[in-house]
Amino acid sequence: MKRTISLRAISLLATVAFLMQAAFGQLAVKGDTVWTMTGEPITNGVVLIRDGKIERVGTAAQVQIPAGYRTVTAKVITPGLIDAHTVIGLNGYLNQPHDQMALDASGTFQPELRATDAYDPEERLVEWVRGYGVTTIHTGHQPSALSPGQTMIAKTWGKTVEDATLVPTAMVAVVLGQAANAGAGRSPGTRGKQAAMLRAELIKAQENLAKKEPPKDLRSEIMMRVAKGDVRLLVTAHKVQDIMTALRLAKEFNLKMVLDGASEAPLIVNEIKAAGIPVIVHATMARAGGDTASLSLETAAKLKAAGIPVALQSGYEGYVPKTRIILFEAAMAAANGLGVRDALATVTIDAAKILGLDTRIGSIAQGKDADIALYDGDPFEFATHCTGTIINGQLVSEIVR
Amino acid sequence: MKRILVCAFTALLCAGSIAAQQRPTAFINARIIPIAGPPIEQGILLIQNGKIAAVGDARTVRLSSDVVTVDMAGKTIMPGLIDTHSHIGSPAGADGSGPIQPDVRILDSVNAEAVSFQRAQAGGITTVNVMPGSGYLNSGQTLYLKLRDNAIKIDDLLIYDKDGKYMGGIKFANGTNPIRSGGGAFPGTRAKSAALVRDQFIKAREYRDKVKAAGNDKTKLPPRDLAMETLVEVLEGKRVVHFHTHRHDDILTALRLQKEFGFRIVLQHVSEAWKVADEIAKAKAPASIIMIDAPGGKLETMEVDFKNGAALEKAGALTGFHTDDGITDSRWFLRSGGMAMRAGMSRDKVLYGFTMAGAIMLDMQDRIGSLEPGKDADFIVLSGDPLSVYTKVLQTWVEGKKVFDRTDPKDYLIAVGGKGATDENDLNADHLHCVDGDEGGNE
Repeated sequence: MKRTISLRAISLLATVAFLMQAAFGQLAVKGDTVWTMTGEPITNGVVLIRDGKIERVGTAAQVQIPAGYRTVTAKVITPGLIDAHTVIGLNGYLNQPHDQMALDASGTFQPELRATDAYDPEERLVEWVRGYGVTTIHTGHQPSALSPGQTMIAKTWGKTVEDATLVPTAMVAVVLGQAANAGAGRSPGTRGKQAAMLRAELIKAQENLAKKEPPKDLRSEIMMRVAKGDVRLLVTAHKVQDIMTALRLAKEFNLKMVLDGASEAPLIVNEIKAAGIPVIVHATMARAGGDTASLSLETAAKLKAAGIPVALQSGYEGYVPKTRIILFEAAMAAANGLGVRDALATVTIDAAKILGLDTRIGSIAQGKDADIALYDGDPFEFATHCTGTIINGQLVSEIVR
Repeated sequence: MKRILVCAFTALLCAGSIAAQQRPTAFINARIIPIAGPPIEQGILLIQNGKIAAVGDARTVRLSSDVVTVDMAGKTIMPGLIDTHSHIGSPAGADGSGPIQPDVRILDSVNAEAVSFQRAQAGGITTVNVMPGSGYLNSGQTLYLKLRDNAIKIDDLLIYDKDGKYMGGIKFANGTNPIRSGGGAFPGTRAKSAALVRDQFIKAREYRDKVKAAGNDKTKLPPRDLAMETLVEVLEGKRVVHFHTHRHDDILTALRLQKEFGFRIVLQHVSEAWKVADEIAKAKAPASIIMIDAPGGKLETMEVDFKNGAALEKAGALTGFHTDDGITDSRWFLRSGGMAMRAGMSRDKVLYGFTMAGAIMLDMQDRIGSLEPGKDADFIVLSGDPLSVYTKVLQTWVEGKKVFDRTDPKDYLIAVGGKGATDENDLNADHLHCVDGDEGGNE
């Protein structure tokens, strides 16, 4: 009896060990075309993965697949896609009050709200985008208040928010323009008031920094980090006057800033370039109207051509689709002036650079996280499928989607 | 004086050209997808006086000496796209006074100058069914429109049937959009929704019988009732019901009502068509689908799927496409077909869905939907394969006139967007926020 149990235990242990090895062990990914994003795409490439990291990359002639490696094959391989700005995980697919947690309407300026306290790694939209090759998301509070809260960066895999999170506080979201107005007679109610309120908060933060014993409340703490430049401001602004306000604030307070949306940015590329501020461009297929009347399929292409660092985003949707897919948004940008290589960069290496994570993700290179997307053709073509997604060396999706 | 003379002369010329036979125009060397037959390489499309005169190649189409030729080498020509469900032109139908308002005509509300019509032209759409919203069981009468250029008034876009009547259908909806928690005249449940619709159709039958019984005796006619007159048209099959419906059980409720009252139906959206595709096919109900990039947005679209097209095709149902603009953008309507193909719908049925299927759903299969002699010269010129992300709509032609040209800077701006491309106050964008409001919702 005892012996049986111990045998069972051994066999169970062996099974677990085998599964662990399959899950976290060695993987070889072969692709007819491998977009490493570190140089020219490799024809007939092989990527070796060991312990969640990329071990080696090269042509099939250069890289021998060692024994014991599971081999996965695809026509086209890219780095796992990075969605540089979304709200999924905070907002869910049902669009019911219980799954919409990206905006607290009780206040217009709440930079202390942490995205990690709301993020649901098992939200269906996270699974949905993962199935299209998205491995990292910069997600957080939705751009519908002067400061709706913080953003975070997470892998699209992980049981708990702690498992998934790469950066718990990535940026503090700020909105300028019509979307920032509080309505119902509350402040802010105008563009001038929006800027005045932000200035007042930043002055207070600067004063707090100078104090021997700075206040310890959550809002003061995060705003001091912003004022110090430890945490960047993510400023959603579309109209020229709003973008210029953002640049003015960045200069006045010596802030680290990322512009977001920025549909009229092509009209003031020199000013943005001079400020050295990168842009996370609106979703290519987002709806135009109001402050976003100047949305263009070519925004990303025009900014890129002007030498401004750009990434693409799926953005925030109040209705349907409850999330856009960064793969499809990049596809439309690729077809409208950006080209395949640069469009891929906006959702891989260039997005990683803007998010400050390019030493870890965004390209297929030795030592980086093994985050890879597999496709059965040109990733951007309508009829191509994503056939697999690898995160931290694990094949986490094999649904043909 | 001189200027006036020149103007008068130009006017005479224009008038003359309309009255006289126009010179035929031949688009040559194109890859032509006629839908009515297999694709033609090095094809010729011959048009004259707004109609298609011939389709074929150098062996089958003889060109007269007065023909104007346009070289379309490397380009693809296919019929203009038919959008069976859109909200371009800021249509507003029923108001908050009640859930069923068949007397309301969006004819009386559409802004023919709306830039959204130009966006649809940029997407290759030539015929569109413009509908009121779905926040009602019945939100009024729809309009079938041709996207002609330079329209100022709605009359410039109307399509007339052989009896000289402008064409359109009627919009019904079920599921959660028409349900209002406030009670009053609006339904609070799905069963109540069906009961209210049933009730109106029974009244319409009685109204029809009274009119019939009166015969030539005008004193015996019931008092005129525009709502009833419209529903009688529906009962008689003269006006097609475009039924907004998402969930599988709602789709079957729509089909049940159709069976009970015998009206002609086109199912719109059918988010869960993949669950009841066989039932849809068995009922011989045409279905028009929409492609949404993610599931949800509301509870009844939790299981919307790109595979609806493939499922309906497999079941044998007539399947078309719609934008539901502004839910999806008319400018990339072809993308919807690309996504349907991605999920297993055949290329042929996708292209058929954009053209002939839509024509059949709008009762215009004899006039549009394929490139065949005698049909309206509604076609699009594409830079490549219709179902590639890299392909651009280069030109859109309606009744022999070019209404969109990507090389024209104004048209280009509409097509790609940018400063000045849309009206900042375009109601099309606002429409999205009216899902539960008086304006009624889309999708």
